[in-house]
Amino acid sequence: MNESIHNRRKLISTMMTGLTAACAFFAISILLMILGYIAVRGFGAINWEFLTDTPKPVGEGGGIGNAIVGSGLMTLLASLIGLPIGIGAGVYLAEFGDNWFGNTVRFLADTLIGVPSIIVGIFIYTLVVLPMTRQSGLAGAIALAIIMIPIVARTSEEMIRLVPKSMREGALALGAPQWRVTWNIVMPAAATGIATGAMLAIARISGETAPLLFTALNSRFYNYFYDQPMSSLTVQIYNFATGPFEVEHQMAWAATLVLVGLILFINILVRFFTRKRF
Amino acid sequence: MKSKISISHLDFYYGKNQALYDVSLEIPEREVMAFIGPSGCGKSTFLRTLNRMNDTIPIARVEGEILIDGKDIYAPKTDVVALRRKVGMVFQKSNPFPKSIFENIAYGIRINRMHSSKTDLEARVEKALKDSALWEEVKDRLSTSAFGLSGGQQQRLCIARALAVEPEVVLMDEPASALDPLATQKIEELVVELKKKYTIAIVTHNMQQAARVSDKTAFFMLGKLIEVNPTQIMFTSPEDKLTEDYITGRFG
Repeated sequence: MNESIHNRRKLISTMMTGLTAACAFFAISILLMILGYIAVRGFGAINWEFLTDTPKPVGEGGGIGNAIVGSGLMTLLASLIGLPIGIGAGVYLAEFGDNWFGNTVRFLADTLIGVPSIIVGIFIYTLVVLPMTRQSGLAGAIALAIIMIPIVARTSEEMIRLVPKSMREGALALGAPQWRVTWNIVMPAAATGIATGAMLAIARISGETAPLLFTALNSRFYNYFYDQPMSSLTVQIYNFATGPFEVEHQMAWAATLVLVGLILFINILVRFFTRKRF
Repeated sequence: MKSKISISHLDFYYGKNQALYDVSLEIPEREVMAFIGPSGCGKSTFLRTLNRMNDTIPIARVEGEILIDGKDIYAPKTDVVALRRKVGMVFQKSNPFPKSIFENIAYGIRINRMHSSKTDLEARVEKALKDSALWEEVKDRLSTSAFGLSGGQQQRLCIARALAVEPEVVLMDEPASALDPLATQKIEELVVELKKKYTIAIVTHNMQQAARVSDKTAFFMLGKLIEVNPTQIMFTSPEDKLTEDYITGRFG
């Protein structure tokens, strides 16, 4: 009797563990398939010229050097605008936001996260592009920053809330003013989580195409200034992929591989710098 | 003995729930007063009113008066930050910061700008660790993580951290409840040692501990202060029937 119950329990336990493991495997295998496919299709076209040259007419080679620079510049500026505002908002929501204002901000941030990114593009088009009378890297970066802010705010808030109350009280009990508790104790304790949230947001905006179509447009040249239209990897991939020639499709795959590789690289870099020391 | 903290007609509410009823009490200077009573009787809540730690709970409300050195700590112009520096606290669960051992102690000194130089800072850290009987165990690994210490060492680190800002009163909320007998003994010896310099209020569930370390004991039940007496008297001939029932283990 007892023996059979025991065996049954062991059987169910094994089955359930197996089931969840299968789900985990399924989830990761799709990701690996995508990555593998991109690598196989893209790797052949990658060479030094492709990485450094500007796009040229079909058949004359050319590359995505200016798109890499453009993506980098716009992601950088978007992060400089979006991360401080997003993290600041997250701090407010977590530490002081248990009131009607905080609830409103939280609700609006969640709504904004769900807004299709092309709408952000159109919004910035009317707000920045029309007054400037031309598309620009600045407009692209602002659009990306707007997509970034609610994501960063909400993930930062969650991470800051995870810091135990006892740690805050320990600092308060030493006569630390509230702002020092937040700055010296809570923020460092939540740093890894906040950085992870920031990473997710950077990865997300590096992959955005729609908001850039109206704002940064594209450029065939190297451009280091934010007042001009700017090329980006995603828009360049879009152009390559919608072109009629196989050579262009090949370049689209290669550019995709570069984009994925860059995101992976940023990820590893941030994980390295925010690894737990204490 | 001069009174350090003087509490009169203290009522405390969490929203609509009253947690303390009309508590009046004198805590003498440079003595140890123990607070005992069954779980949920309000002794921790009471302790946290003394450094206004309950301010962090939005629905908390205090009525009555608490004077420390004759000053009303709930007066509108009271500087809560200065109050907490004067009235240090050690919590039930040790709560070191995610920093090195040295930085854990240095934190309070730094935020209160107490040190005159780097050498002075190091001297203060060393003194705090010596005062809490931890120095010998950690002096060779001050720059390592505080989380690498054992539970008992972490708790003594938290005591050292509290002492480093030179408080006058130290509140201890069941400081040894999660520790083994040896670590507990160290903390108790420390408490007895500390009362030479500090006024100490300690909440404990362990009645032997109250008997060993305290000069006076206060017994709480259901939010009311039932009895305060010198510890000797409290544990041999308590005045109140409830106290007697509790310390002889008839309930609670």
